[in-house]
Amino acid sequence: MESQLGLIEQSLNSSYSLWVREALDEIPDNFTITDPCICGHPIVFVSRGFLKMTGYSKNEVIGKNGRVFQGPKTCRRSVMEVREAVREERAIQLNLLNYRKDGRPFWMLFHMCPVFSKEDGRVINFIAVQVPLSRKARRSGSVFCRNGVILSGEGSMINDVVYGSCRKEVRSDSLLELGPVLALDSALDSDVTELEIEEPCEASDLDKIRAASAINRVLSVLTHYSESTGRLVCGKRCYLSALGLLSSSLTISLGRIKQSFVLTDPHLPDMPIVYASDAFLKLTGYSGQEVLGHNCRFLNGEDTDSSTLYQIEESIKMEQACTVRILNYRKDKSSFWNSLHISPVRNASGKIAYFVGVHMEESCNDQGGRGLSPEMRQLSTVGAVKIAVRSSSMGAGSSKS
Amino acid sequence: MMLRIKRVPTVVSNYQKEEAEEDRVGGCGRNCLRSCCIPGSKLPLYAYKKLDKVACAKGLPQHESGEAPIAFLDSLVLGQWEDRVQRGLFRYDVTACETKVIPGRYGFVAQLNEGRHLKKRPTEFRVDKVLQPFDENKFNFTKVGQEEVLFQFEASEDGDIQFFPSAPIDAENSPSVVAINVSPIEYGHVLLIPRILDCLPQRIDRESFLLALHMAAEAGNPYFRLGYNSLGAFATINHLHFQAYFLAVPFPIEKAPTKKVTTLDGGVKISELVNYPVRGLVLEGGNTMEHLSYAVSDACICLQDNNIPYNVLIADCGNRIFLLPQCYAEKQALGEVSAELLDTQVNPAVWEISGHMVLKRKKDYEEASEENAWRLLAEVSLSEERFQEVTALIFEAIASADNGSKDLNEEQEAKPEATDEVKAINNSSHPAIVAGTQECLVLQ
Repeated sequence: MESQLGLIEQSLNSSYSLWVREALDEIPDNFTITDPCICGHPIVFVSRGFLKMTGYSKNEVIGKNGRVFQGPKTCRRSVMEVREAVREERAIQLNLLNYRKDGRPFWMLFHMCPVFSKEDGRVINFIAVQVPLSRKARRSGSVFCRNGVILSGEGSMINDVVYGSCRKEVRSDSLLELGPVLALDSALDSDVTELEIEEPCEASDLDKIRAASAINRVLSVLTHYSESTGRLVCGKRCYLSALGLLSSSLTISLGRIKQSFVLTDPHLPDMPIVYASDAFLKLTGYSGQEVLGHNCRFLNGEDTDSSTLYQIEESIKMEQACTVRILNYRKDKSSFWNSLHISPVRNASGKIAYFVGVHMEESCNDQGGRGLSPEMRQLSTVGAVKIAVRSSSMGAGSSKS
Repeated sequence: MMLRIKRVPTVVSNYQKEEAEEDRVGGCGRNCLRSCCIPGSKLPLYAYKKLDKVACAKGLPQHESGEAPIAFLDSLVLGQWEDRVQRGLFRYDVTACETKVIPGRYGFVAQLNEGRHLKKRPTEFRVDKVLQPFDENKFNFTKVGQEEVLFQFEASEDGDIQFFPSAPIDAENSPSVVAINVSPIEYGHVLLIPRILDCLPQRIDRESFLLALHMAAEAGNPYFRLGYNSLGAFATINHLHFQAYFLAVPFPIEKAPTKKVTTLDGGVKISELVNYPVRGLVLEGGNTMEHLSYAVSDACICLQDNNIPYNVLIADCGNRIFLLPQCYAEKQALGEVSAELLDTQVNPAVWEISGHMVLKRKKDYEEASEENAWRLLAEVSLSEERFQEVTALIFEAIASADNGSKDLNEEQEAKPEATDEVKAINNSSHPAIVAGTQECLVLQ
């Protein structure tokens, strides 16, 4: 198994070549780049400006999740907004209270956006720019915050942050239906003189422009260097062409499950694989392209027991879960004993949408489980997949477009 | 006068029979958690590390450094739960129940669950007493089968996470356990029963609430939330328990705007929900987990001592806690709830209040809308006036319990100011809500 640090080191190199760091280092802004494909969604690049701003050294930041900069006074609701933006793979801009290494909190404008692979539309990285905000006197007409509720000075519009999106169009129409917030504007009329650190300070239009242009600078470096590796990236999601078998939100949720598993679709002819986890590809030696769209039978070989295959078939027919021990073959023809668990997985309408197959090589059973038996880990993968499929098919009507 | 409502009790255990059948005496033979069956029994044991969040006070990310890369508790709950699924212990497959996010700004979640309340006759529940003594003769969790128990949950002796796949049940120390709810409302629906053998009634105490907070923090999954219903706020079993399950979408209550009221001495920030149908407080932050936990449990103790029914939602891995006093059951008992709302048979407990509506009739599911959800929840909420009274009680209780009494004066000064402001806000907003409610009372 590769070490976490190794993965982090490789993350940028493999997408953007070795030389990208130098170019990124020349960008003066405060930013980090994270890799959502690595467990824990760690920071894989940090700018010098960011280190100077926060007082951390590079080694203290690389490999950490961005939440290490949050502290007790960071608004949890804002944290949720960022989390949902990551989950939905969209950009977000909001004011956030972060902490320096010495423990001093500071307000900054946080602007994050995903970087997509041009090839398959997956999110390769997130760029997060931070523009520190200084506390200035309130200016009329600009976005203003009070007591954690962020309001606009101009009549009845709610600031983007409240409803967690950078899109202007959701702002104006939504408020009038739900009266009470309107009243909050009048609360603003009683002027606010005392500002505590918890009370967000304002981001001027200039700050917002500064953040957006920093994002563009980083993005253009990444785009440029992705050409050298042939793994092109872009700031806008391209359509999922080859891998467009699952919704992107499901793909994201499944991507968080680190075990070796595949999803197959019983409604398609010959029940092909529609999702294969990285651990599965590693276990079997195939690439994603080689397995997607194919029935799982390519794992079988001449010594695979046909009665076991029959047993699997029957369980699928009966829509029941089953566990078998089956001899499977890797791409390089080497065989391994696969402790295979198969279970139906239902979507939000309660219908069976997929079957999940959790593959576990028998000899590897002791790795990383810290006391959870292989059977338990297998079942927990089934559980995690069931939740991912159910939740991602619930249909989102709310604050999403 | 005694206030009662009739409702169908939820069957949380396969050993929960109609009360009449309950009194079987003698050799039990069903592997329960009482003295008859405990000797020699073993269950998995998860021992959590006591988080030292003191460092956070200075903004240092200490809690991060020791964090396990694999969410161990998360996997344990999932694996054990799926194991019970495959052993057929549940009354129905909750993943076969239709569910959807209702279009609208908040994203209320509706689930059609026709099977949850079948096979049960309505029972009378007393709703005007939040604290009632434990009754050995009624169903309690010591009567569940051991196969329904997933693991024991306790603080680790040596400060490290530990897991024992098979550990003896130490009856002397009355373990806290996590058991399945055989009538789940979502995947992974479990019950956390603090010190199960002590047979504590449904009543929050500091230690038990801290345990629940630890469970949320250990699971480390923002989509795994814990909830608590007091008696009179739709708890059906008077044996201390919290509930939890997985639902990987944000809850409407988590999206609701908040307005800061005050910050306690221990760094706990208290806000009020704004523009949400149920009035409530949000507690977050705190220099240590204990600060937050004690603030919430002291508030809960205040509510229950004052006989005010309430619900609690522990969200965001234990970082945000929603405290919601309510009066629906009381209104119901007094005949003040409209027949249309009663007909839906939705019991507005913690999950419903948080925006996850479990509906029993297909019609209600199909017609589910943000307006309908809002209208039901508006009935659950205390009136603005009553809410401010209750909030004042809570602040008084927390302030007197807050360790740093030096800031007591400041606290008390801050309070009226905040209250006035809230009143000012709601004077203008409240009529709008009321008018809306009345207008909408006609169900389609």
